[in-house]
Amino acid sequence: MVGAMGMTVAEKIIARAAGRDSVQSDEVLWADVDFAMIHDSGGPRRIWPAMSELEVGVWDPSRLLLVADHYVPARDVGAATILETTRSFAAKFGIERFHEAEGIAHTVVVERGYVLPGQLYVGGDSHSCTAGVLGCLAVGMGSTDLLGIVATGRTWLRVPRTIRVEVEGTFGPGVSAKDLILSIIGDRGMDAGIYRVLEFGGQAIAAMSIEERSVLTNMCAEIGAKSGIVPADGVTVQHFAALGIDVEPGPFSDPDADYFDAWRYDAAEVVPVVARPHRHDDVVAAADAGGGAITRAYIGACTGAKHRDLQMAAEVLRGRSVAPGVVLQIAPASRAALRKAVEDGTVAALMDAGAHVLSTGCGACPGLGSGVLAPGEVCISTTSRNARGRMGSPDAEVYLASPYAVAAAAVAGRIVDPREFLGVPV
Amino acid sequence: MSVIEGRVWKFGDDIDTDGIVPGRYLIGELQEIAQHVMDGARPGFAAEVCDGDIVVAGTNFGSGSSREMAARALQAAGIRAVVAVSFARIFFRNCINVGLVPVECPTAGVIEEGQTVRVDVEVGRVEVTNTGDVHDAVRLPHEIALILNAGGLEPYLAAELGTT
Repeated sequence: MVGAMGMTVAEKIIARAAGRDSVQSDEVLWADVDFAMIHDSGGPRRIWPAMSELEVGVWDPSRLLLVADHYVPARDVGAATILETTRSFAAKFGIERFHEAEGIAHTVVVERGYVLPGQLYVGGDSHSCTAGVLGCLAVGMGSTDLLGIVATGRTWLRVPRTIRVEVEGTFGPGVSAKDLILSIIGDRGMDAGIYRVLEFGGQAIAAMSIEERSVLTNMCAEIGAKSGIVPADGVTVQHFAALGIDVEPGPFSDPDADYFDAWRYDAAEVVPVVARPHRHDDVVAAADAGGGAITRAYIGACTGAKHRDLQMAAEVLRGRSVAPGVVLQIAPASRAALRKAVEDGTVAALMDAGAHVLSTGCGACPGLGSGVLAPGEVCISTTSRNARGRMGSPDAEVYLASPYAVAAAAVAGRIVDPREFLGVPV
Repeated sequence: MSVIEGRVWKFGDDIDTDGIVPGRYLIGELQEIAQHVMDGARPGFAAEVCDGDIVVAGTNFGSGSSREMAARALQAAGIRAVVAVSFARIFFRNCINVGLVPVECPTAGVIEEGQTVRVDVEVGRVEVTNTGDVHDAVRLPHEIALILNAGGLEPYLAAELGTT
């Protein structure tokens, strides 16, 4: 049986990283990590004391990315101290890829092409799966797993089975990747991907930008998956080429690869949706969300504040104003996204509509930065999670949606189908 | 490590790490965080939990954020094992890494709050001592059991690197 069947791209990447010709599902094996990421929250402050006890340094400083994104800018002395520890770690171990307030780690990894197609990437954060958009196997883990990787460059993996997610057709106007992934999670449930990899393909995926694709891989965390992957194609090659990096398409799954399941969707059938409080798999059409007045509209996080996300919001907000009683906040996912949005007039449109532009970073999404919610607030957000208490008070409510829908709700003062504001017949 | 017996605290499906340790506490140190463990999922839990107790839960326990403090705070509050129908994968790894015993038990849903369970990790068995009911659990793969039996990844690495 071994060797007789084709392999999925995830199996190929793990096999190579483990120095093997083939692997079997659910097998546990040790693998060499090509690139790793730690951040200010789960990184130096958690692993440095143990590194000292173990008398180890960083296995390969050129293969480690350190990002300060969770506690920037410092909201208090505690956060400032965490950032100082983070900087000291970078200096002590000579980490050249250290970025403070340059952007959220997952966005930075993709923007700068830090991981190549076919590589094994481990990040100390659940949304590390975002980087799977580059055609690598990108896996999120916790602090002590990253301690092991930082010290030795190795980790154990259980070989996951792969679910092929095939998306055909063309998205309608006012519908985005966020609507697709929320719809998938709503259909399948938030634990449908445990120990699986979601491999995205099909005509609709081929036509999407890297930024939009990354919304799909990002939210694979919300379906419990080990990762999401878009095997490198022409769009990926172009993305790297613009960074001056030559890559080839692939690796791809073999035609006779053994998939766990195949999920098929038609992009043309996807409509603007929201996930209702406090479950990200409680998904309904935005038009049917009901509910009363919102107090907050939040456009932020690695999921929903990249350049294209800000453009989507501006498409709705240009020439309109935020409704009375609503605070609209924009926390760009990276400085690069903010710069592009300044240069193309997107930021001006958002500010003219009444948006507050915050600094780049994880911000209110994990409840650590600026813009958290008060008791009784009702928020609609482009972020990825709406667990009770995540974005601030446990007595606040959070709806998740696309940048179009968040911007439209900010204007209407309640949740609406954003296509109403885009001149699209609904 | 092999056999753990304790009183059951019962939780439902999809308990996420924001519910186990809300982000607003993450800035603090472990002992302080442990005083608020499960604040999001079940306010008041931290004040009542006793050393040696066991958490029993439904599907997808520990989903969401990778924060290892979720596993550490449960452990610091006295929890010795978490028995769940299924685990979110990062939380499962975090348990192994900090030496908190994770037990995947497909029929754990019928175990009730306040019962006492005896968990045999090596055999893969969960017995409800009050009723004598026995539930099969998934045995840990050998490579993972080695880490847990060492007390977690840090002591495992210490032995491997020869720094003990």
